[in-house]
Amino acid sequence: MAGFEPFVRTEHCPDLPPPRGQTGIVHWIRVNLFSSPFNAVLTIASMYLVYVTVVPLFTWGVLNADWTSPNNLDRACQSEGGACWSFIIVRFNQFMYGFYPHEARWRVDTAFAILVISLAALMIERVPYKKYIGLFVIVIYPFLAYFLFLGGGVLEEVETEQWGGLFLTLVLAVVPIAVSLPFGTLLALGRRSEMPIIRSVCICLIELPRGVPLITVLFMSSVVLPLFLPPGTYFDKVLRVLVGMSFFAAAYMAETVRGGLQAIPRGQYEAAQAMGLSYWKMMGLVILPQALKIMIPGIVSSFIGLFKDTTLVVVVGLLDMLNVITAATAHSNWLGTNIEGYVFAAFVYWVFCFSMSRYSIYLEHKLHTSH
Amino acid sequence: MAVQQGTGPPVGSGRLWNDPRARSIFYQIVLATAIIAFVYYIIDNTARNLEARGIASGFGFLGTPAGFDVAMSPFFKYDLETATYYDVLLVGMSNTILAALIGCPLATLVGFIVGVLRLSSNWIVARIAYVYVETMRNIPLLLHLLFWYFLMVGVLPKVRDALSVGDSIYLSNRGLFGPMPVPDDGFWIVGVAFALAIALVVAVVRWAKKRQNETGQQFPTVLVSIAILIGLPLIAFALAGFPLHWELPRRTRFSLTGGIVLLPEFAALLFGLVAYTGAFIAEIVRAGIQAISHGQTEAAYSLGVRPNVTMRLIIIPQALRVIIPPLTSQFLNLTKNSSLGVAIGATEIVSVWMGTTLNQAGQAVEIIAITMAFYMTISLLTSAFMNWYNTRIALTER
Repeated sequence: MAGFEPFVRTEHCPDLPPPRGQTGIVHWIRVNLFSSPFNAVLTIASMYLVYVTVVPLFTWGVLNADWTSPNNLDRACQSEGGACWSFIIVRFNQFMYGFYPHEARWRVDTAFAILVISLAALMIERVPYKKYIGLFVIVIYPFLAYFLFLGGGVLEEVETEQWGGLFLTLVLAVVPIAVSLPFGTLLALGRRSEMPIIRSVCICLIELPRGVPLITVLFMSSVVLPLFLPPGTYFDKVLRVLVGMSFFAAAYMAETVRGGLQAIPRGQYEAAQAMGLSYWKMMGLVILPQALKIMIPGIVSSFIGLFKDTTLVVVVGLLDMLNVITAATAHSNWLGTNIEGYVFAAFVYWVFCFSMSRYSIYLEHKLHTSH
Repeated sequence: MAVQQGTGPPVGSGRLWNDPRARSIFYQIVLATAIIAFVYYIIDNTARNLEARGIASGFGFLGTPAGFDVAMSPFFKYDLETATYYDVLLVGMSNTILAALIGCPLATLVGFIVGVLRLSSNWIVARIAYVYVETMRNIPLLLHLLFWYFLMVGVLPKVRDALSVGDSIYLSNRGLFGPMPVPDDGFWIVGVAFALAIALVVAVVRWAKKRQNETGQQFPTVLVSIAILIGLPLIAFALAGFPLHWELPRRTRFSLTGGIVLLPEFAALLFGLVAYTGAFIAEIVRAGIQAISHGQTEAAYSLGVRPNVTMRLIIIPQALRVIIPPLTSQFLNLTKNSSLGVAIGATEIVSVWMGTTLNQAGQAVEIIAITMAFYMTISLLTSAFMNWYNTRIALTER
């Protein structure tokens, strides 16, 4: 065996490059676009579809579009075949605030800025004093916003008839969701109660709004609700719509909460009872905090649904953003700008809804702690 | 050792308010009293309000002549001269049901196609389906409807320049007009033949299933069923001497009359509902297919089952269990969302009944109660049917 030197590699062996045609853009295209003859046909057909939709849209919306903000309205948008974004630029403030007085618009901005900042603070994990920020949002903020929006005292009063645009849309979406959280939770707890009268009342209050379209609820709140009150009671129109939408939202919220409650294992209830906690302590300290985690995606998606449904207030004559825009397209200066108006409205709604749904997906991933 | 089983009041201080049962009865009595008082308060206020406005409550107004025309009544002869509010209600209800009956299958079709395309291995196809879903479902339905309605009315040609196919189909901004089949005497034979065909198909399906269970032999049930369903009525139709003629739409100077018509309002409503609900259904279908473990596919392949048979007999039936419950709520949503037709003047129940009739007759409480009852009935019936279907296909567990 002498003279036999065992071979031992001392230096690291360099990685060989992958075989030709297994990496890079060509490989990606082959696998993802042309993996079979059928896929190749699909790819080419899809590319053609993209070509015939995107190119004309881009030409219309960007290349040939009129972006100027003319002082002389007669000269606006004379060119053919392009979008008239001047319409949006000139009317932008109206689309945001409706007929809210110019000099008071800072109040709307302030109120929403405060809300956005405090909500952002609640959502970002590293911010301290979350408890106090949360208390501020729940206890103080509603009164502050009410005061800023409606005025009174030192501020000039603004009637709700002047509310409109994106501002009204946000009010109509945020207030019912905020109201529906406590009421929906109560309804959900009532539905799971063992007392038959409480349970059946809650089932009625949940299933009735869920079985009918929101439009009928809005009609009801605007036409029938005044009849239910003592004769001569004045009842603000926006408030009536808010009552109807809150009623509607609470029913949907109740089902979201119920889903969350049902997902909590029975052992948690039994353990809490074994510790001698009362019903409300068990719910408040043990069950609901855990259920909330499961409920958050559902709450966000009902908020998205409600945000889109605010457009339905057109049937009772409120001017939310979509309806301010459609009303503006009927103005004699801007005839034929329907498509521009619709595209702008679609864009704004899309940005809101899409970002909220992304946030909900992110939360779902973050809160998915079980495995 | 004997275990004491007590059902009496729990041992405690012995006071009544420490007994959970007594407390529960007390709470319920309080709630019931509060609700009765509240309802009484509302009824009392409503009665006084109605009296002050001089509105007589009750359903007597249903027999009053309506005096306005309804643009579309495919199932009833709506006569402007004699029509009452009751007829308006019937037309509104039938149009809503029609929208739901056409909309649900179409939305399901769109949803299944887009949902499967989203899972395609082809990158660009999957991306297009993704863009479709995210665009459609993040835009309010009302905006969909307004957009489609604008396209129908603003872009299609006027009646004078209507696009026509052989003087029988006209497309203009007043709608799509086509020939309407009018049955002559003796058409009932075809109906009888069709009923007979259904009975025959049921028998064939039962026999084929029994034979497959006993001998394992398969029978082309689907093809034979289709042949029976189409063939038998057709033979009866021919034997009876073709008892049917077509009523063609006629073009006058400014309008089109006669024939069968799809109004632009209704078409826009359908397009909007299908595009919007289809996006939601696509997500449901995608989630349903993804919920089936990949091991099922691999197991089928390892047994030598071909890919399309795997999809049809192994993946889809299991995915359906996940898909059916949310699909039901989408069908209900579509039905309820058809109420948005009021915004573009489609003649469904909210538009003709809660809109026009409410304005004319002023019987707000009755009209809104009827409308809500109508939607509630549809919701409950759909849920009941789908629950039945769901239990039928549910996984049989221990």
